[in-house]
Amino acid sequence: MKIAVPVKFVPDLVEELTIDPSGAALDTSWLRLIINEFDDHAVEQAILLKERGGGQVTVMMTESDGADDFLFTAAAKGADQLVKLTGDFSSINNHALAHVYADLLKELQPDLVLTGVQAHNDIDGAVGPLLAELLGLPYVGYVAGLTVQGDKAVVRKEYSGGLVAEIEVKLPAVLGIQAAEQPPRYVAYSKIRQVMGTAKIEERPVAGLDLSGGTAVSRLFQPEAAERATMLEGGADEVADRLVAIFKEIGTL
Amino acid sequence: MSQDIFVVIEHLRGEVAEISYVMLAGARQLSQSSGGNVTAILLGHNAQGLTGNLAADKALYVDHAALAEFTSDAYITALAGPIREHAPRAVIFGHSSIGMDIASGLSAKLGLPIVASCRSFTAEGKFVSQICGGKIMAEGDLPGPTALVTMVPGGYKAEQGQSAQPPAVTTVPAPTLEGLRVALKQYIEPDTSDVDITKEAMLVSVGRGIQNKDNIGLANELAEALGCAVSASRPVVDQGWMPTTRLIGKSGKRVKPKIYLALGISGAPEHVEGMADSNVIIAINTDQNAPIFTVAKYGATIDMFDLLPVLTEKVKQAK
Ligand SMILES: Cc1cc2nc3c(=O)[nH]c(=O)nc-3n(C[C@H](O)[C@H](O)[C@H](O)COP(=O)(O)OP(=O)(O)OC[C@H]3O[C@@H](n4cnc5c(N)ncnc54)[C@H](O)[C@@H]3O)c2cc1C
Ligand SMILES: Nc1ncnc2c1ncn2[C@@H]1O[C@H](COP(=O)(O)O)[C@@H](O)[C@H]1O
Repeated sequence: MKIAVPVKFVPDLVEELTIDPSGAALDTSWLRLIINEFDDHAVEQAILLKERGGGQVTVMMTESDGADDFLFTAAAKGADQLVKLTGDFSSINNHALAHVYADLLKELQPDLVLTGVQAHNDIDGAVGPLLAELLGLPYVGYVAGLTVQGDKAVVRKEYSGGLVAEIEVKLPAVLGIQAAEQPPRYVAYSKIRQVMGTAKIEERPVAGLDLSGGTAVSRLFQPEAAERATMLEGGADEVADRLVAIFKEIGTL
Repeated sequence: MSQDIFVVIEHLRGEVAEISYVMLAGARQLSQSSGGNVTAILLGHNAQGLTGNLAADKALYVDHAALAEFTSDAYITALAGPIREHAPRAVIFGHSSIGMDIASGLSAKLGLPIVASCRSFTAEGKFVSQICGGKIMAEGDLPGPTALVTMVPGGYKAEQGQSAQPPAVTTVPAPTLEGLRVALKQYIEPDTSDVDITKEAMLVSVGRGIQNKDNIGLANELAEALGCAVSASRPVVDQGWMPTTRLIGKSGKRVKPKIYLALGISGAPEHVEGMADSNVIIAINTDQNAPIFTVAKYGATIDMFDLLPVLTEKVKQAK
């Protein structure tokens, strides 16, 4: 069982996001990037599948600050192969990226490709279903857990309200992971250090990207402040007093 | 090539999903700048009746046993033909468990551009997408010739997409649907053994700001003092700190309590979808730019760990 997991860094939303002078992109000079949390779940799900049924897990990403650390961490968790695409990805869109990964995956021939269900900064569709179509494979997203049975995967697909659909998908397939069956595991730094000495990151240069097909944005802005909340000022005591008064007024206390 | 706007109607287990009406309302606005009609496209089996209250100028209906339940494979195959043939100005899908499974695939299959997370259209027909967990809006010209769009809720009211006047329905022959690789086995109902958070008059709701499982106790104490339940955002549930039955949002429950007290919740659109209709939303969040403050009535940028013990004590005294 070969499992490929393409992963991506996204802006950390806890930080303040500022728009650059062009007005159409985020200012990247201060941007802190973190792993797309759904990719953490995709890596975890891949490793769980390997632990249950054996196989090989390949984690792949485009180069950026922190990429090596993430890949080594994945190796410490149990990933077998680490691939880093190198080149200029500054103006990449998801269509172009899907083509790059499709080429790589045609070589690797995985049984399963697990992507994150989405990333919060997409305008241009999602890589998972784009990839599936380019590879001629089926795609199912919103997946929270799966088992492999022969040449099929039985996946739990989430709908709203807590409803789950159990869906059978013929392999090979691409799945968009919403949540792994268990929270992403923690690995001690000492273990990652150890792996750094032995694991190898394969670098693959990518050139001649076809950037057509992406969707252009002409303006970014922050949502209107018009509907903002009435702010309760002061320390814990004052805020708590105000809240108690509000609870009483509305009648929940 | 036409200026019409297609809306792919989402339905599950015999019910039209609310996002379908939101999409129809968005399509109506977009059609005013494009100058075309709004066409609902419904795939299903013995499901034509679902077109009854759709606010569309016309409806295309594709019937096939393999379309009785949503699967990406069958839907993509069944939609490719009509989109290619009519080449409308835009095709709108939900940014949802259904729409997101098929829109990008159709984009790759048909070589058409896609716009994700669209919340509304401007009077000039530009798209406005909501990204970065609700912190950023992105505007741009609708790409051509046919733009595929996935739409999030929030920009239009469902009622705007409903009509007492049913659209004229044209039945479109289904393509051959063979060799399908995706099949529904069964639906698994939500767990009902826990408290029903949709029935609570007040909810104390915790997000990732709660930091770990042990700290949930602080929220429990406050909820106990108030006589209400604790609910949670997705990361809290995905980390295993609270059961799924307490999840609020797109994949969880939709609630409308009298008071929704959000502690350490950023207010991502997928969360807001589940609680925006609450009577009074109160948000405690250390980040003054957190999107939750745009839906809350009251807010405070105080550290919840400073607030919680004090608030619980004061609630106990006030009883
Ligand atoms: C397909 C899909 C479906 C989804 N469905 C859901 C869903 O049903 N429900 C849901 O909730 N999410 C859902 N999500 C996830 C959603 O996009 C967000 O990631 C999630 O809602 C964020 O949860 P949060 O606000 O708890 O965490 P974060 O966004 O990490 O926010 C934590 C907040 O806590 C604040 N904070 C930190 N420390 C403190 C402190 N000491 N005191 C006060 N404030 C503090 C921070 O400023 C921050 O704003 C879904 C996502 C996808 C892609
Ligand atoms: N630059 C990238 N490198 C690797 N994987 C990616 C990249 N962009 C997107 N993906 C994959 O596609 C998933 C969804 O992201 P997106 O397509 O941006 O919504 C991510 O969680 C990754 O699994």
